[in-house]
Amino acid sequence: MADWYEARRYDVLVIGAGGAGLRAAIAAAEAGVKVGLVCKSLLGKAHTVMAEGGIAAALGNLDPNDNWEVHFADTMRGGQRINDYRMVEIFAKEAPERVYELERWGGLFDRTPEGKILQRPFGAHTYRRLCHVGDRTGLELIRTLQDRAVHSGVEVLMEVTLSRLLKDGDRIAGAFGYRREDGRFIAIGAKAVILATGGWGKVYKVTSNSWECTGDGCAMAYEAGAELMDMEMVQFHPTGMVWPPGVRGILVTEAVRGEGGILRNAKGERFMQTYDPKKLELSSRDVVSRSIYKEVEAGRGSPHGGAFLDVSHRGAEYIKKKLPSMYEQFLKLADVDITKGPMEVAPTIHYVMGGVRVAPGEGASTVPGLFAAGEVAAGLHGANRLGGNSLSDLVVFGKRAGEHAARYAKGVDGDPRIDDGQADEERRLLLRPFDSGSTENPYELHAELQEAMGTHAGIARTGEGLRAGLDKILSLQERAERMRAAGSLLYNPGWHACRDVRFMLILCEAIFRAAIERTESRGAHWRLDFPDQDAGWGRKNLVVQRGDRGMTVSTRSVPEVPPQLARLLEATA
Amino acid sequence: MTDATLHVFRGDKTGGDLRTYQVPVTEGMVVLDAIHYIQQHEDSTLACRWNCKAAKCGSCSAEVNGKPRLMCKTRLDQFMGSPVTVRPLAAFPLIKDLVTDVSWNYRVNQEIPPFTPARDDTGPWRMYPEDVDRMFEFRRCIECFLCQDVCHVLREHDGTSRYYGPRFMVRIAGLEMHPKDTVSRAHLLRGRGGIGFCNITKCCEEVCPEEIHITDNAIIPLKERVADEYFDPWRALLRAFRGRREPRGT
Repeated sequence: MADWYEARRYDVLVIGAGGAGLRAAIAAAEAGVKVGLVCKSLLGKAHTVMAEGGIAAALGNLDPNDNWEVHFADTMRGGQRINDYRMVEIFAKEAPERVYELERWGGLFDRTPEGKILQRPFGAHTYRRLCHVGDRTGLELIRTLQDRAVHSGVEVLMEVTLSRLLKDGDRIAGAFGYRREDGRFIAIGAKAVILATGGWGKVYKVTSNSWECTGDGCAMAYEAGAELMDMEMVQFHPTGMVWPPGVRGILVTEAVRGEGGILRNAKGERFMQTYDPKKLELSSRDVVSRSIYKEVEAGRGSPHGGAFLDVSHRGAEYIKKKLPSMYEQFLKLADVDITKGPMEVAPTIHYVMGGVRVAPGEGASTVPGLFAAGEVAAGLHGANRLGGNSLSDLVVFGKRAGEHAARYAKGVDGDPRIDDGQADEERRLLLRPFDSGSTENPYELHAELQEAMGTHAGIARTGEGLRAGLDKILSLQERAERMRAAGSLLYNPGWHACRDVRFMLILCEAIFRAAIERTESRGAHWRLDFPDQDAGWGRKNLVVQRGDRGMTVSTRSVPEVPPQLARLLEATA
Repeated sequence: MTDATLHVFRGDKTGGDLRTYQVPVTEGMVVLDAIHYIQQHEDSTLACRWNCKAAKCGSCSAEVNGKPRLMCKTRLDQFMGSPVTVRPLAAFPLIKDLVTDVSWNYRVNQEIPPFTPARDDTGPWRMYPEDVDRMFEFRRCIECFLCQDVCHVLREHDGTSRYYGPRFMVRIAGLEMHPKDTVSRAHLLRGRGGIGFCNITKCCEEVCPEEIHITDNAIIPLKERVADEYFDPWRALLRAFRGRREPRGT
């Protein structure tokens, strides 16, 4: 241990304090191990706070026919069957208990007149399934878990950025990074590390994601040798704000459509009648996003390149009760009163289905001692995630990852050794932007990588475009070696941005390399040059891994659904 | 395109002053957009907190023209071209530029006994809309700490050792009024919570971006609860006979 960094040690280190990280930390602490929880910003501000519409769980409070089997089938179909069915089964079975648990911990949901938890309809869910609190369900979830965690003996480290996983031989030994406040370096030793770092929507310009969504955890896992899966699957949420420019991409919850919102084009036509006459506005997100895209391409878009979403027929009182933050958001930021007229919406990057490949139910990655849960983990959502399934994902698999990491940590003999050489290597990388030869502005590189992703890895993709995008990213990676920062280590956003950009460029490369390989259209991945689904590709997941000479891409077989579960998929199709 | 003039506080614990920036204005722009413009084009060391840029996380709190506000929700066009001054929250110790040390709030939250239902009451629960509706308001809090910043007990009288501040009165109200909670926090409110220090000036309500009626719906009912438990003569008599065991308040 060296004297130039702050040293800490836990049995289980959880990186990320959104829903998955908090739930994992609680579970690990309850299992009796010493837990450290690191957040990049202040506690309670993680991206989970922005979740709006609800948490999907087959309670059957409004529709008694709903049960885990229907939820399982909906989720598999939504993911176009490249999901890991074992994860989906666990998920559908355990989600209801995780919701009731939130309630026992003080979380409050909207109620039915009989006093049960109210559930609302959502895209591609057969029944009314989303437990919710108006349109601020994520806030309720994070606050409930936050208060539980701080009273469970979890030690919270706020505003710490971890930028490298430390290893002792093949296994995890902890993580290294710095405190944002003053740039002090910090090395945290741990027997097990749980990544709960969320997604990387910030690789796109038009996104509903907050600044933190730069994919640090996934990129660190890649650098540590873990396998990443389904990286080509990036979800466009059909409805983001469009105008004015500063708010472009901010989420307009699917609950607007769940509460009866209707989509129209510039000619006033309800175009979803053409694309999915059965489910209409409540079709799955990939379908609705593509439909809006096609309408705009055909010249029937709204003035700022989107569609009109109208819920005003539900009446002002109802809207203000069920969609209060949407009402407020449009009134304050866009001068639009949604109780009186339509809002303008367009697809916005919302979620990544891909991420760290994990053992189903345990969250263990392919690196011993490294676990992952929530958006950073792959496998549950396949090629497209259903609305409301992310919040239940966080609590179901957060809990499991916490339990399994604690069990793993208890089985580790002695503390893994912190290698100061690895820490020093990372320190030099972090400080490089202060070198005199550095010239590149990290914000400029960020904007350029976003431009490349928007242009070449958007809703509609082609092989040619993807290859051009990959070239661009590779050249940006070279320029990223020369990023510059000014000033001191004291709370310095320009310096922080340099490491974020490096992480994001790794993930951009992974998205392009996987998207080039998948020569078919499935879920969120729409190839204009391969517009149809291909049965062969339907049996494969793409895996990205760090090789001796850069990034390698290979395939893994999608786990075959056993007959008793396959029957469910056919029964309710 | 016109320019906006921003005077932004730059400095750290050792001191600082306002620095002036010109920022090109686009339609619908908010103060946080202007701060980002400065970071990206003028000075990448300008420190501010932000996360969602959609008024949901409560990170980008600052004092804009002297008023505590969320920068992501403060449109530039309302200032009609006049210069805009942006300063950090004054009630908390400065770290750098617009970033302050708000960790005291997290320590306070840890002192508050958490939600505690009866051990054998494991649910699923029946709670009727009329029983929970009034609590939703308290649960809307995004912890931006603007109410803490404006509270004169904390801000002008250095009262952090005496009063938890409006945010935590809201938090405690949400717990106390939960139909399934079994713990009384009246003792805490009267003691370390320092509810008596609030003299109901309602400044906190004015700055709350979630429009929570902090004073009317949280602080005053809690004050009544404390008064009931400690100053009601009938209850004092009951206490004399029964020891400290008290029925729950309203």
